[in-house]
Amino acid sequence: MYLDVIITLLKIAIVFGFVLNVAAILSWAERKQSAVMQDRIGANRADVLGFRIFGLFHPIADTIKMLTKEDWVPPAGDAFVHTLAPFLALFTALVVFAVIPFGDTLHIAGRDIPLQIADLNVGILFIVAFGGLGFYSVVLAGWSSENKYSLLGSIRGAAQLISYELALGLSIVGVVMAYGSIELDDIVRGQGQYVLGVIPYWGIVAQPLGFILFFTAAMAETKRVPFDLPESESEIIGYFTEYSGMKFGAFWMGEFIEVISVAGVVTALYFGGWQIPFLSNQGIFIPGLFTIPLPHLLVVLLQVSAFGLKVLFFCWFMLLVRWTLPRFRYDQLMAFGWKFMVPLALVNIVVTGLIKYVF
Amino acid sequence: MKIVGHNLTTKESFYFFEIAKGLWITSRHFIYNMYFHIAHLLGKYPEVPAAVTVQYPEEKIPLSKRWRGRHRINARPDGSPRCVACMLCETVCPVQCIHIVAGEHPDPAIEKYPVSFEIDVTRCCWCGMCEEACPVDALYMDTGKTPEPGFSREDLLYRKEQLVKELPLPGCQRSLNAPGQGPMEANPLGL
Repeated sequence: MYLDVIITLLKIAIVFGFVLNVAAILSWAERKQSAVMQDRIGANRADVLGFRIFGLFHPIADTIKMLTKEDWVPPAGDAFVHTLAPFLALFTALVVFAVIPFGDTLHIAGRDIPLQIADLNVGILFIVAFGGLGFYSVVLAGWSSENKYSLLGSIRGAAQLISYELALGLSIVGVVMAYGSIELDDIVRGQGQYVLGVIPYWGIVAQPLGFILFFTAAMAETKRVPFDLPESESEIIGYFTEYSGMKFGAFWMGEFIEVISVAGVVTALYFGGWQIPFLSNQGIFIPGLFTIPLPHLLVVLLQVSAFGLKVLFFCWFMLLVRWTLPRFRYDQLMAFGWKFMVPLALVNIVVTGLIKYVF
Repeated sequence: MKIVGHNLTTKESFYFFEIAKGLWITSRHFIYNMYFHIAHLLGKYPEVPAAVTVQYPEEKIPLSKRWRGRHRINARPDGSPRCVACMLCETVCPVQCIHIVAGEHPDPAIEKYPVSFEIDVTRCCWCGMCEEACPVDALYMDTGKTPEPGFSREDLLYRKEQLVKELPLPGCQRSLNAPGQGPMEANPLGL
């Protein structure tokens, strides 16, 4: 029994290690990728003993800056709630990773270890629930700041989050209908089937419209450009205003962790998770032709790396979208969420149902 | 000039294809620049720039011939400064940043010399009027250097001892007498 606990702790360590490191690297990648896209070089001046290594010390410099700033609490505000809000933001961003499967079941030393931290039978609902809880951190931050403009910013943010949660949930319904189960593990395994013999039945093949809707709604949920009206990087006053030092760092890192969690969920639902086409747990498997057997550990390693690479690709893609598209105005954003995304998501469900019924 | 626009076509009004086109443009820039960054790391294609950034202070953008930088006081062939403390530059300076204290020069052909010549860089607006006003080929702004950041007002007050030691930037030198030498044969900038 203790061995199970240790194995789960190991899995948590691996996932946390990946997520937190990639979140820090994402803050560097944001500056470098935007620079490369804009024909510039980006931040490359932070050095330790003369070594610059492409500016990779900048996240460390940012962290040191945030840790050494004054930790200010508004004197008239609610100090407990003010401190609670960034913790909530980090918690709800991180806990989503508990249900994302990052590999096939590992058969090692006579044990079957599913490479997923918690195999809950509510699956995707867990993600939607905790994504929805992220809304609390926005509201509590604005409310406890005792600043009218922060409150307005948090109301803006909360309205945006609620509007796009609907589209998020409805597009997930389409995926659940296509694969017949709400558990993420079953959905990822279901993407190993082949349609017409050669096309892997990935989520994007089954639900192309659902993918676009989900990706857009998820970017709006994480308040990422083009939907970043709540705070928009200090161009407009928002709920971050009264936060300094590491509390702001918690919000900021929470945003990057949400980027990775969106990337993880999108790959798990729509891009096959850890599946590599034509690679099954018996080795390279071309349906109808031949099978090349490969050692089990190698297959699992390849699949875990594939998951990591897909997550990194979607992080890259979200950064690309962030630095390409202009920001939505608030009324455009609300109209887009309610009048365009929700009807499209409903149409998606109806069409998926019809196709499922006919075929 | 009449600006002609058009209403959105049906395909454009979906915005999706337009967004995809925009994403493709930035992806193209990304792929192109990333390719050349990696090529630079491997030592290939050094002449193709992967970014338009000029890494100051290691690289500098080339300056024009008439660029006005830090001041210098030109020197006679015997090494003494050419300035005769006529106060023309101090008078014409629009922000009154030059302060000269004159003294008597033993040579009656050169009547005065500056005992102290100070330029307050915190006030200088780099207009070049002092350079134009000097009648004896003494004050020039052709060193091609920018004022360095200083940590005190003393650092940003340029005195005569410092100003006589500056040298012109080759290619920007505008004085008709080279520093420490007599008249030059040709117009230095070819104007």
